[in-house]
Amino acid sequence: MKRLGAIVLLLSLWIIPAQAVQPDEILSDPVLEARARDLSTGLRCLVCQNQSIDDSNAPLARDLRLLLRDRLKAGDSDAQAVDFIVARYGDYVLLRPRFNAATWLLWIGPFALLAAAGAFLFMRRRNKLIDAESALDPQEQAELDRLMDRRP
Amino acid sequence: MIAETGHFALILALVTALAQCFVPLYGAHRGDRALMNVAAPAALAQFSLIVIAFFALMHAYVTSDFSLANVWENSHSAKPLLYKISGVWGNHEGSMVLWVLILALFGAGVALFGGNLPLELKSRVLAVQGSIGVAFLLFILFTSNPFLRLDPVPIEGNGLNPLLQDPALAFHPPFLYAGYVGLSVSFSFAIAALIDGKVDAAWARWVRPWTLAAWMFLTIGIAMGSWWAYYELGWGGFWFWDPVENASFMPWLVAAALLHSAVVVEKRNALKIWTILLAILAFSLSLVGAFLVRSGVLTSVHAFAVDPARGVFILLILCVFIGGALALFAWRAPVLKAGGLFTPMSREGGLVVNNLLLCTACASVFIGTLYPLALETLTGEKISVGPPYFNLTFGLIMLPLLLLVPVGPLLTWKRAQAWPVIQRLWAAALGTLAVVILLLVVLHRGPWLTPFGVGLGLWLVLGALVELSERIALFRTPWAMSWSRLKGLPRSALGMTLAHAGVGLAIIGIFAVTTWREEHIVAMKPGDKLTVGGYEVTYIGEAPMTGPNYTGDAGRFRVMSGNREVTVLASEKRRFRPGNQETTEVGLLQAWSGDLYAVMGDRMNDGARAVRIYFNPLISLIWIGTFIMFLGGFVSLTDRRFRVGAPKTARKLHAVPAE
Repeated sequence: MKRLGAIVLLLSLWIIPAQAVQPDEILSDPVLEARARDLSTGLRCLVCQNQSIDDSNAPLARDLRLLLRDRLKAGDSDAQAVDFIVARYGDYVLLRPRFNAATWLLWIGPFALLAAAGAFLFMRRRNKLIDAESALDPQEQAELDRLMDRRP
Repeated sequence: MIAETGHFALILALVTALAQCFVPLYGAHRGDRALMNVAAPAALAQFSLIVIAFFALMHAYVTSDFSLANVWENSHSAKPLLYKISGVWGNHEGSMVLWVLILALFGAGVALFGGNLPLELKSRVLAVQGSIGVAFLLFILFTSNPFLRLDPVPIEGNGLNPLLQDPALAFHPPFLYAGYVGLSVSFSFAIAALIDGKVDAAWARWVRPWTLAAWMFLTIGIAMGSWWAYYELGWGGFWFWDPVENASFMPWLVAAALLHSAVVVEKRNALKIWTILLAILAFSLSLVGAFLVRSGVLTSVHAFAVDPARGVFILLILCVFIGGALALFAWRAPVLKAGGLFTPMSREGGLVVNNLLLCTACASVFIGTLYPLALETLTGEKISVGPPYFNLTFGLIMLPLLLLVPVGPLLTWKRAQAWPVIQRLWAAALGTLAVVILLLVVLHRGPWLTPFGVGLGLWLVLGALVELSERIALFRTPWAMSWSRLKGLPRSALGMTLAHAGVGLAIIGIFAVTTWREEHIVAMKPGDKLTVGGYEVTYIGEAPMTGPNYTGDAGRFRVMSGNREVTVLASEKRRFRPGNQETTEVGLLQAWSGDLYAVMGDRMNDGARAVRIYFNPLISLIWIGTFIMFLGGFVSLTDRRFRVGAPKTARKLHAVPAE
């Protein structure tokens, strides 16, 4: 049932899949075009469900692609072009959220969890080893030694 | 009449499930064998009743009985038969009936093949299974009943979404549900063990085949969905880190962790408490997935369930089962005795690292999927978490795990030495390194990620081969000896080798296609030529066409390799009745080296066609790899130790995965 919901929504908005970037949008300068493609995979199509403007066929996505290319042609750096779009549409447009007060937990979370779990295992390991070393009481130890001695 | 029979059967199934839940539970508590023996027949009866309900609904779909609101909303008389049938589960209500059908099927499976289980454990497992049935049958009957009638009866139905009219997607939900719901058995076993206060090697041996079956179905289900997205959506992508995809991926990751930790319980009687917790978490994530997809909390699912009552109901189910299970866990887990000791450098230690990384990788998917929801609820701030986030965090956590996969199986139990492992793996390491260097030389202009990604996958494949050749003493003994050793290998060991090699192949495919794809977006007129991935592609032109319930245009492309014509690809734009919804059919040429993928775009002003043509190198390896993983699971499932002590049921157990 995976993408079902996604598809239903897509169609309800009359967005037809495929044909995202159109031939007439492509810039003549291949370097600039490559930068535009790279940036547009990280920008969200705001009326779509979890699609980048690079993938989307929505009119708004096309407008954003053209806007982005205009900024690059005007000599913006990658960061400037993205900032320009974020200033108009908000952080919501970024598929890779920026690290800030609202998102630090998002970025740190998985790694903090890994570190915490690793530390927990390490601590427990040490306790267990200490237990294990004293696992034999003196009587058992004597018995073991006796058996070992008897070995040829 | 048939629909009413189905409706009635569903209500009876609820009553049976109630009996299946409470009677054996009380019986096990009192030690009353008669009451405990109610469990198995009740499970079989519940299954039979839901089968009746399911086929009653299917009958309504096949005969296009639009007096049922559900059929009217989701079907159309002009649909091909296959999609009338798959239309049963192509909507919320029907898919819930499929869900409880599979749930009851697994319950019936435990009842039939669980002859060697101690009666108390078996009745408790079936009771828990019954309680899940109760919850979901209540949910269907009160919020999502597919058997409600319409008056007056409409003449024609609304039709199934054309994008869903596809063979891969027709069978994708049943597999996926078999995976989700299959994890309920491990959950039931965990709860029963907590009530029992006993977990031992035998328990692990009983749980493992069910977990394995569930994991296999999830693997196939996810792969089918991904394949469908690849060739039906026409973006050329195969995985989008969409919340709905993540909902199926999280249980898969935890089920994989559970498979590994259950080995430790079985072989060494250790990690018991952790394994119980994983069994609870795996099914909990299935439920969370169901909640995400059906409650309307995610933007992606508006259309699937707009009724807030459903969301609240599922949330309630979620709280009762997850909360209840975790509370029981907190209360009873200390009763379970810790088992065998081991040093960090051992097979057990390796499996602990596997679990640690798989679970945190799953956590990163979980956090990424739910963080925007939580943030918006708490602060009203809206952010997007997309593929770049998941590729980075999930990828970083999975990388060490994948690097360690070939090492794990070479470690000995309890206490392992590093040197023998290094000695055995040098050949694989050398082979990998050679290929990486070769690729770096060939691709010195970039992309720089391709050689390392392909190398990572190759390392897994070669590692699996080394492990296998070690086991059968290849090159160290005569061929005949190795051959007989190979035949004598435990199936579970062979299954592991296959599964690990499958992961490696899939990774080679994923990295090759994401970092090395060739893409052309051009306007083409008939006669125009283009060179893609070593092929020369000529646009021949387009012609109108008609299908059973659509009309469209078919564009044709001649594909030449040198002077030889390889094939003529057709890419279609289809307009479906009713509603003139449009879909695109991809023209696809599959070869070992990669796929040629052609999609028709819009007509341009000057009469040319916008066309997108990709060359996706080695992409078939993704699906071949996942199929080999599935195969590994299957081979492992036929291991004789799952049948030992159950001579009567040996053949039946064998047959479980085929269902």
